Amino acid sequence: MNIFTLSFLILSFIFSLVSADEALKPEQYPFSFSKPLGKIDKNSAQRGLQVYIEVCASCHGLKHVAYRNLEGLGYNKDQINAIASQFELDDFPNDEGEIIKRKAIYSDSFVEPYENHNAAKAANNGAYPPDLSLMVKARKDGANYIRSLLLGYTDAPDGFEIGEGYYNKYMAGNIIAMPQPLYGDDVEYKDGTNASLEQEVNDLVTFLTWTSMPDLEDRRSAGLKVIFFLFVMTILFYLSYRKIWSELKK
Amino acid sequence: MESSKKNTKGIINWIDYRLPVVSFLKHSAVDYPTPRNLNYWWNFGSLAGFFLLVQIITGVILSMHYTAHVDHAFDSIEHIMRNVNHGWLIRYIHMNGASFFFIVVYIHIFRGLYYGSYKAPRELLWWLGIIILLLMMATAFMGYVLPWGQMSFWGATVITNLFSAIPLIGDNITQWLWGGYSVDNPTLSRFYTLHFLLPFLIVGVVVLHIVALHTHGSNNPLGIDRKGPQDSIPFHPFYTIKDLFGLSFALTIFFAVVFFAPDFLGHPDNYIPADPLKTPAHIVPEWYFLPFYAILRAIPDKLGGVIAMFSAIFVLFLLPWLDTSKVRSATFRPIYKILFWIFLIDAIILGWVGSKPAEGIYIIISRIATLYYFLHFLILLPLLGKFERNRPLPESIGKPVLAE
Amino acid sequence: MSENKKSKKKSRRSFIHQASGAMGIVAVSAAGWPLVDQMNPSKDVEALATIEVDISGLSEGQSKTVLWRGKPLFIKHRSQNEIDEAKSVNIEELPHPENDDERVKNPKYLVLIGVCTHLGCVPASDKGDFKGWFCPCHGSHYDSSGRIRKGPAPKNLEIPPYTFKDDNTILIG
Repeated sequence: MNIFTLSFLILSFIFSLVSADEALKPEQYPFSFSKPLGKIDKNSAQRGLQVYIEVCASCHGLKHVAYRNLEGLGYNKDQINAIASQFELDDFPNDEGEIIKRKAIYSDSFVEPYENHNAAKAANNGAYPPDLSLMVKARKDGANYIRSLLLGYTDAPDGFEIGEGYYNKYMAGNIIAMPQPLYGDDVEYKDGTNASLEQEVNDLVTFLTWTSMPDLEDRRSAGLKVIFFLFVMTILFYLSYRKIWSELKK
Repeated sequence: MESSKKNTKGIINWIDYRLPVVSFLKHSAVDYPTPRNLNYWWNFGSLAGFFLLVQIITGVILSMHYTAHVDHAFDSIEHIMRNVNHGWLIRYIHMNGASFFFIVVYIHIFRGLYYGSYKAPRELLWWLGIIILLLMMATAFMGYVLPWGQMSFWGATVITNLFSAIPLIGDNITQWLWGGYSVDNPTLSRFYTLHFLLPFLIVGVVVLHIVALHTHGSNNPLGIDRKGPQDSIPFHPFYTIKDLFGLSFALTIFFAVVFFAPDFLGHPDNYIPADPLKTPAHIVPEWYFLPFYAILRAIPDKLGGVIAMFSAIFVLFLLPWLDTSKVRSATFRPIYKILFWIFLIDAIILGWVGSKPAEGIYIIISRIATLYYFLHFLILLPLLGKFERNRPLPESIGKPVLAE
Repeated sequence: MSENKKSKKKSRRSFIHQASGAMGIVAVSAAGWPLVDQMNPSKDVEALATIEVDISGLSEGQSKTVLWRGKPLFIKHRSQNEIDEAKSVNIEELPHPENDDERVKNPKYLVLIGVCTHLGCVPASDKGDFKGWFCPCHGSHYDSSGRIRKGPAPKNLEIPPYTFKDDNTILIG
């Protein structure tokens, strides 16, 4: 019976050794979702959405997320249409073949900040601001990494050649093209929460964790049931197995 | 009640007389005489079959929602994850199912190594198994390309470039594989087709594998032939229930990963869309390729590395003749038993070093481990059969079991 | 005594096997549902199920075709003549009796799903014997209310769920 566990342990061991990063390891923070059965703090994620819209969205897209998905954060359809209508996008060509802008609606994906990849690069000194939909999954220990990074802007140590970027001790190579985006009080929270830098960052990371893994809560709650079921089934199968084999020995 | 039972039996007999499916199943999955002393390591064969089935079912479903085009592939995966009903579950099962398939198959192979299951008369059974492994590797590699993330793209670039090491025609072969001058849309498209096709070839070879298995029956932990009917028990219900128990246990672990750590075995870089202009800092293949990747990088010569990597698998074909000992099970081979464990550790070290950057101490470790890998097969095993004195073999399977 | 014990043991044994079997059946059927449900309309498709149509530019007698759920929708601005004609029909004689009033929210605008109820072709407008629509596939004739009058189609053209958001906007779905 230990063979499965054993092979799994060996595998985990191999993977625990698979880490060779020169940048500083991100600081571990206890998010609402950090524990295996943790959930997304909806209020925090809603505030994070506000930070994203008012600060990040000017450069970073969120194209895999649709406004309708915001129902998952507790917004209703009217609220979602109100959020979406702040953004404009190209409509389908009309009967004359002209493309006219229209306001985004419920069913649209988050509107991208730039017309295309090159326009995004040109507007940002040649560094493309990556889409944030999957950022938490696209980095190792993503939530902690993004939090550490956004809090990790400091002056470069003496003699460190920065060039055109900014110094950040959590970035691989310690040079990041993005200037420090958040300083605290960048937004005025609708729910009255004090918008300190750390608060903003935690809220944003909570929001981005949700955009990366909208399935997180469903997955964990379904998982708990499935594992419990399989556990019971395994015991029953084991008992059946022992019964059947005990007949053989006689 | 009685008469309806009689009727059912009549219908079954009618069908079986014309198409003997029932008697075939009865012969090969119910009455099939199986050694009575198989331990849990023998569970992994049917478990591998199960995971193959899971991969085919989830794969066919994913293909209904996936788009094999460089502009849409990455987005279509996210569409599956976010929009398709239960799409995230099906994709995570497929992703982790591949890893579990390999775990199970590797354990199955090492069981064969330990108990000498490759020895006469099971050489072809062993060969078919290696062919399955090769097909699995090709399928898994091409499947990993389909999400068209950074690791997909650069993994495909590196692996296809291996073929450019072939003298004279190497470049032509890589261009032929790519359908262009780099990994691009034609490559993605054909990899998708082949990723869909190869699993059915695997099913075909699995059928042959089972035919070969049933010709001489399973090997067993003692590695001795069965002397009579007292050494066997019918497959059903004894091994069906044992396999079901093993399956249920394995599924518990599998779904623990699927639901609580679905990206644990993957690489974060593959959630970044492929960018032909930017290579990730560390390119690492999926974990199940790491030992072979380490062998590839251990050799400082391009062609040499490729040859070494492929030889590492092809040497397995020769194993039935390289191992000159007549005794199958390591239980009765005191020195081979030690060599087996050293070899297993060597393989794990190769896997570990394959995940590390190719520099400094890691290169030295990978060279020593690679050398030992071939030493084990090409020198130690042939010599060992000549010099090793095995412990006395039991007279029959039934005896030690009855003695317990 | 020992006989009793034996049968007790036997019943416990069969209980375990039955429980195992039941668990197995539940497991297989639970696994089956996601495999089936994945073919149902996905969430992005469901979200597109509602559209708004601007009818301000539609003058009397004109009609407009828009795509809704992958099917054509006919929106016709009917003339008074056409309305009168649609109302004057004796519905007892129709294959699928429906009053024109039941088929419109505002008699000026007729909103129809442009899919023939016979086998799913798209009928052509302003054609056929009844000045409505005519399906070229198997010759079904619809009138100015979209009702079947002649030909193999069994039912009138379907009306989608819709509301007037304001005088010039129809919300469909």
